[in-house]
Amino acid sequence: MAESTPIIAVDKVSKIYGNANASTVALKDVSLSIAKGEFVSLVGPSGCGKSTLLRLIADLDKATQGTLLVNGHAPDVARKNREYGFVFQAPTLYDWRTVERNAELPLEVMGRAKADWKPRVDKMLAMVGLRDFHDHYPWQLSGGMQQRASIARALSFDPAILLMDEPFGALDEFTRERMNMELLDIWQTTHKTILFVTHSISEAVFLSSRIVVMTPRPGRIATVVDIDLPYPRTFETRESPRFFELMTVVRETLKEEFVGHE
Amino acid sequence: MTNSVTLNESTGADRQGRSMPRWLWLLSGYLIAFVLVALIWEGSKAIFEIPDYKLPHLAQIAEAFVRPTPKGPVWLVLLQDAAYTAFEALVGFTLGSVTGFAIAVLFQRYLPLRRGFLPYVIASQTVPIIAIAPMIVVGMGRLGAPPWLSKSIIAAYLTFFPVVINVLRGLESVDRDALLLMRSYAATDNQIFRLLRLPASVPYLFTALKISATASIIGAIIGELPVGSTRGIGVQIVVGSQYNTFNPGFLWATIIMAALLGMAAYALVALAEKRIVKWKREE
Ligand SMILES: Nc1ncnc2c1ncn2[C@@H]1O[C@H](COP(=O)(O)OP(=O)(O)OP(=O)(O)O)[C@@H](O)[C@H]1O
Ligand SMILES: [Mg+2]
Repeated sequence: MAESTPIIAVDKVSKIYGNANASTVALKDVSLSIAKGEFVSLVGPSGCGKSTLLRLIADLDKATQGTLLVNGHAPDVARKNREYGFVFQAPTLYDWRTVERNAELPLEVMGRAKADWKPRVDKMLAMVGLRDFHDHYPWQLSGGMQQRASIARALSFDPAILLMDEPFGALDEFTRERMNMELLDIWQTTHKTILFVTHSISEAVFLSSRIVVMTPRPGRIATVVDIDLPYPRTFETRESPRFFELMTVVRETLKEEFVGHE
Repeated sequence: MTNSVTLNESTGADRQGRSMPRWLWLLSGYLIAFVLVALIWEGSKAIFEIPDYKLPHLAQIAEAFVRPTPKGPVWLVLLQDAAYTAFEALVGFTLGSVTGFAIAVLFQRYLPLRRGFLPYVIASQTVPIIAIAPMIVVGMGRLGAPPWLSKSIIAAYLTFFPVVINVLRGLESVDRDALLLMRSYAATDNQIFRLLRLPASVPYLFTALKISATASIIGAIIGELPVGSTRGIGVQIVVGSQYNTFNPGFLWATIIMAALLGMAAYALVALAEKRIVKWKREE
């Protein structure tokens, strides 16, 4: 990508967990550059370091080696500037807050004007299809509904960057496709930059402008696949020949990398 | 009998014996338990030939409750004493919970303080309270404190410990992702405390308060046992044991009243919990 300044720049980053006796190399020499407004997906087998990479970018964990820049700042500065919203792999709702109060949490922490909370949160809950459940507690929701509530929470403060760790993993196929459309819509209308982890190749191809394929032990970037399907993407996109071609490319890469490791 | 154990109370759909009215069906558990206890009580008394001063007949206890005195029937007198004990316990409970909570918060926020003081907090509970209660009562009496205050202090002493331990656990019970979420918002330590740790600790607080509610009653009663105390259910227990050979039902009447007091204290906290902790999955 020949962009001017990347909004996320990862340069020769390694992450080693544990101590000298028992250590896991979660990431090794990972370099990745994401331009403003891109939709990038991370795919790769379980344990290849996708969540770890997201956490390093978000300054929720420190890199062992290498440098990261988020919007031109060190990750801790970017975090304090509230440049990104993070959707965790688990919903991570607070038990004692209703759906609505959970979605308000970032607005409350960030000291946004109280008058803005309700309109923002109502809009996001409607988008994820939880408007009728705004006063429910997390235990009253299904797993997929909890995950959608956590997405509404991440979107409620309108961050420029979204870091999403398998946000739709717990959803049924139908809801998932609907959420994919909603997310693309938000992405295009608000010009966000999205870094998205998924296990679904079709979801990655459908959403992304680029797909980063990773391999495990140690976690490295195997290939980057440009997805040249035109936006806006529709239900027809999923039926186009190019869509299937690209899915095959990604799948073959994953398979090769896996075989190459045996 | 065996069928009724597995009945579904909320629907009553698979309820046996539909001729039984619902209120009777709901009460039947209490009735069965009471009858069973009464049978064991009177049965062992008959089989082992236990004399009245060791174990009176249930009828003697009932009779002791209704016996008239110059100040009204015994149950009314005991109720008034129980109310006094309840007051002492409530003051102690409040004092102990507030201090316990404050200590837990302090311990959570300053680890060195916890390291230094937690051993003393634990040691404080290994001291036999029965042994030091008279010293507290007499000592505070000499200092001119009102008589109820020493009882409240003992109640507080028994109350604060469960609160410290449970609230500390509650404040630490937040999981890693819940903390990382706050971190991703660049929340301040105070916000993390107020919006995450504090609410997470509330169910733990109630667990402690249920223990403390009964403990505070016991504390107040222990404080009433030394000579010199004039009011409270503990005083009546002492009187009851002194006159036990003449009036064996009375001691048990005082014991039952004390037990009812403890149960009421527990029930009040449980009720408050139900009102406040609305976010927990219902059983
Ligand atoms: N906190 C941690 N402490 C020690 N090791 C860790 C920690 N977090 C992750 N790891 C290790 O780092 C590696 C990468 O983990 P990571 O969670 O990033 O994988 P992932 O690609 O997100 O997997 P999945 O698709 O299953 O979510 C794994 O081998 C894991 O055991
Ligand atoms: Mg992961």
